[in-house]
Amino acid sequence: MSNTKIVSPKKDMIFMAILSAVVLTMPLWLQPFGAAYPDLMQKFMIFGIFAIGYNILFGLTGYLSFGHAAFLGVGSYTAVWSFKLLSMNVIPALIFGTVLSGLFALAIGFVSLRRSGIYFSILTLAFAQMSYNLAYSVLTPITNGETGLQLEQADPRVLDRMSGIVADGSLPTPNLFGIEGIGYSGFYICAALMLISFFIYLRIFRSPFGLKLRAIKSNQNRMGYTGFSTRPYLMTAFVISGMYAGLAGSLLAVTDPLAGAERMQWTASGEVVLITILGGVGTLIGPLLGAGIIKYFENIFSAFNDTVLLNAFSFLPDWLAHPVASLVGLFVGEGWHLTLGLVFMLIVIFLPGGIMEGISRLSRLVTNRGKSDSHENKEKEQTSAGEV
Amino acid sequence: MSEYILDVTDVDKNFGGLQALSDINLRVKEGTVHAIIGPNGAGKSTLLNVIVGRLAPSRGRVLLGDQVLTGKEPHEINQLGVARVFQTPEIFPELSLLQNVMVPAFAKREGIFKMNFIKSLFSENEVREHAEHLLEDVGLIDHKDHLAGSMSRGDKRRLELAMCLGQHPKLFLLDEPTAGMARHDTNRTIDLLKRIKERGMTKVIIEHDMHVVFSLADRISVLAQGAIICEGTPEEVRNDPRVKEAYLGGEAE
Amino acid sequence: MDAIFLQILNGLDKGGAYALIALGLTLVFGTLGVVNFAHGAIFMMGAFCAVTLEKLLTLSVKVKDESVTFFDAYKETPYLELWFGDTGTAIIDWSVPLSIILAIPVMLLIGIVMERFLIRHFYKRPHAEQILVTFGLAIVLQEVVKAAFGANPIPQGAPDIVSGSAAVGALFGLGEAVVYPWWRLIYLAFSLMTIGLVFSFLHFTTYGMVVRAGMADRETVELLGINIERRFTIVFGIAAVVAGLAGVMYTPVLPPDYHLGMDFLVLSFVVVVVGGMGSLPGAVAAGFLLGILQSFSSMTEVKDIFPGIDQIIIYLVAVVILLTRPRGLMGRRGVMES
Repeated sequence: MSNTKIVSPKKDMIFMAILSAVVLTMPLWLQPFGAAYPDLMQKFMIFGIFAIGYNILFGLTGYLSFGHAAFLGVGSYTAVWSFKLLSMNVIPALIFGTVLSGLFALAIGFVSLRRSGIYFSILTLAFAQMSYNLAYSVLTPITNGETGLQLEQADPRVLDRMSGIVADGSLPTPNLFGIEGIGYSGFYICAALMLISFFIYLRIFRSPFGLKLRAIKSNQNRMGYTGFSTRPYLMTAFVISGMYAGLAGSLLAVTDPLAGAERMQWTASGEVVLITILGGVGTLIGPLLGAGIIKYFENIFSAFNDTVLLNAFSFLPDWLAHPVASLVGLFVGEGWHLTLGLVFMLIVIFLPGGIMEGISRLSRLVTNRGKSDSHENKEKEQTSAGEV
Repeated sequence: MSEYILDVTDVDKNFGGLQALSDINLRVKEGTVHAIIGPNGAGKSTLLNVIVGRLAPSRGRVLLGDQVLTGKEPHEINQLGVARVFQTPEIFPELSLLQNVMVPAFAKREGIFKMNFIKSLFSENEVREHAEHLLEDVGLIDHKDHLAGSMSRGDKRRLELAMCLGQHPKLFLLDEPTAGMARHDTNRTIDLLKRIKERGMTKVIIEHDMHVVFSLADRISVLAQGAIICEGTPEEVRNDPRVKEAYLGGEAE
Repeated sequence: MDAIFLQILNGLDKGGAYALIALGLTLVFGTLGVVNFAHGAIFMMGAFCAVTLEKLLTLSVKVKDESVTFFDAYKETPYLELWFGDTGTAIIDWSVPLSIILAIPVMLLIGIVMERFLIRHFYKRPHAEQILVTFGLAIVLQEVVKAAFGANPIPQGAPDIVSGSAAVGALFGLGEAVVYPWWRLIYLAFSLMTIGLVFSFLHFTTYGMVVRAGMADRETVELLGINIERRFTIVFGIAAVVAGLAGVMYTPVLPPDYHLGMDFLVLSFVVVVVGGMGSLPGAVAAGFLLGILQSFSSMTEVKDIFPGIDQIIIYLVAVVILLTRPRGLMGRRGVMES
């Protein structure tokens, strides 16, 4: 699970190159899975960013936050406001969204990080719930309450108007100097940002800073007697992960310029926790895998409805088809969250290290069968499997 | 600069109604090994906790050279040059041995906080070589990539020693560094501690094992029921009747 | 004066619900050392016990409506009314209080099953994993309830005789206009009684004393040869019953829906933290205190000065308490501290 080997930057560059190749060719190799449409791939990227950011906090320092949905929400609202007031160009939206979430994280982190363990979790929970409640009530002028914040024809868009871009007839769409924020071009914008985010995240993992964060997770007490003040380290990690969440939130607004308060509810933070855990907490690519898997199955499962199910089970005799279809129906479509909850429980119970732990267990099983090696070798496998 | 590296003056520590330390005065000369012995519950660990800033004394003052330690946070005290090994080893179980030793080395180099994620650990040759050297010193270099949590208790102790030594502390506090070790490990640790003594590092050591105490210490303080009842060279302490009564006589080891 | 009195009353019944949930949470913390994020879901399941019983009692059949003479009209009539006439109607009317009888064994069973098959395996695991697995369980429970009962709130009526309001104002020499729903007074009395029962169980029975000893020092109790784990299972069951009953009785106040649990969970955690982790009196006191505080903050006079304060007051108090008194109002030393 943990990275015990010190990896050379050269290897990391190769890794980065492979990852970029894999991500950028997604539209090709996702075809056979029926997942190669831009909307879904954008979600992979966005929730990938959200999850790797979360992993910087939870994976490296072990601090379990239930407040990250609030940062995602702040990112979304800010981006939509940037579209409304400034320009439909995504650059200001992303910058403002990320920076503002960072500031918000700074404020919440300043208070929450005075406590650790369960107290920290409850403090972040309290802040998330406060943000959510406020977004629905007194902050309605900013958030537009239950309807959600949306674009309008009459928005000022000061920068756009100054440069002579006027929306005609239909609502304008977010773009990067004319490149559309939706469709395949939108996917490549998200993919590029994800890769940049991942690169920074990789550097953090490999740096002395990352090592110190992991040391905090491992033994905070020792850290103090080692001459480190842990608070500023935790603070930095918290703010960075808040900014990642803000970036993800603004990207959500790019793909669909509508921001609602439900994005900020604490149960929404549960989703990113689930993604991270499913993939593998503290592992490098685990959170990306988790994001891909969850969003992929959410997409498939939610699409099922009773008719589709009945068709699927039409090979069964009638008296059996109906009960089977309604039983399965519990877990798909509307019932997707039930599946999610069950998976969540199973993972925490049986595979706390997530998919990455599963993979390393499997690979150990295979190599051990291949060559019955000494204890020493087994240990090496363990460390190298945990590297990525 | 005073001639004493550690100067503990009139320290009291009360927990509620319980007086754990009373009127402690302890002066340790630079470059010497000072042992603190005494029966269980005498307040030895409490005294160390006061020195490293884990506990605030109810009265009195602790100086490191000319600097006041009282009222400072543990990490500040460490940065001034005080390192400590604990009775139960405090290490980073989820990190490799090498990483365990690198962390304090970074603390020495970077101070209380530095955000640095441009340079990879891999390129930190100086720190890494330093850490490898230390692991070699304590005889753990063969396991440098193993998880610290998977090592034996004795190995964890030696790892903790290496972590502290890497910081070149002015004052090194050791809380029973050989407790629970097999004889040959104990001897190895004594050798190691003697070698650092030659490097001129001041040490305060709490120990039950009289073999360790008498082979290392320049001076000994005897603590009983929160007070120092006797202080002197090993010879003086060995022959002091009060000590025999309070400690050696009572529960001879 | 009248308004203040009314706000205190308003706060007390809500506070009663908070206190009951927080009491169970704290009991589970203190004894098992488990952070149970599914406790809100247990409260919600209790509420749905009441819904289930009401649905069972009102199972109906179509009967020809004799009062309509021009054509054949049918109306839904519960079997109970057909079989027992007025007695049947009365039983239906009293379905919420009757649900208590159903809820006690059901919740006890749910609690024991949960402890045996899930919670037990998480005693020694980190708090973060306890939080996560019980959070997962909470999602599962709420989705199951949603699948079974739908997403909309299902109103439950209090028995007719107590559905009106009590003129409490006259009772205390205040204005005649000060009235308060009977049911909410009953809820307050009920919660006080339940709290009293739990405390007397813990203080006056040998069983309870062993449990309290186990809370203080588990190892020593085990050294005495007492099987503390079995008792802890029962404690978990009791916590579930308390939360469940709180849920049953709350249904006439607030129509239950599937996310009732999650809504109350965060609040009750806040209550526990404010009261002090591991402190039972703290949980109760903080429950009532926060309930009252919340009802005061929703007065228009207060909202005019601090807009939105009613939405965040509880969380705000929690933040302040955690920062200034980390152990809460009555927290013990060393509970849940690393």
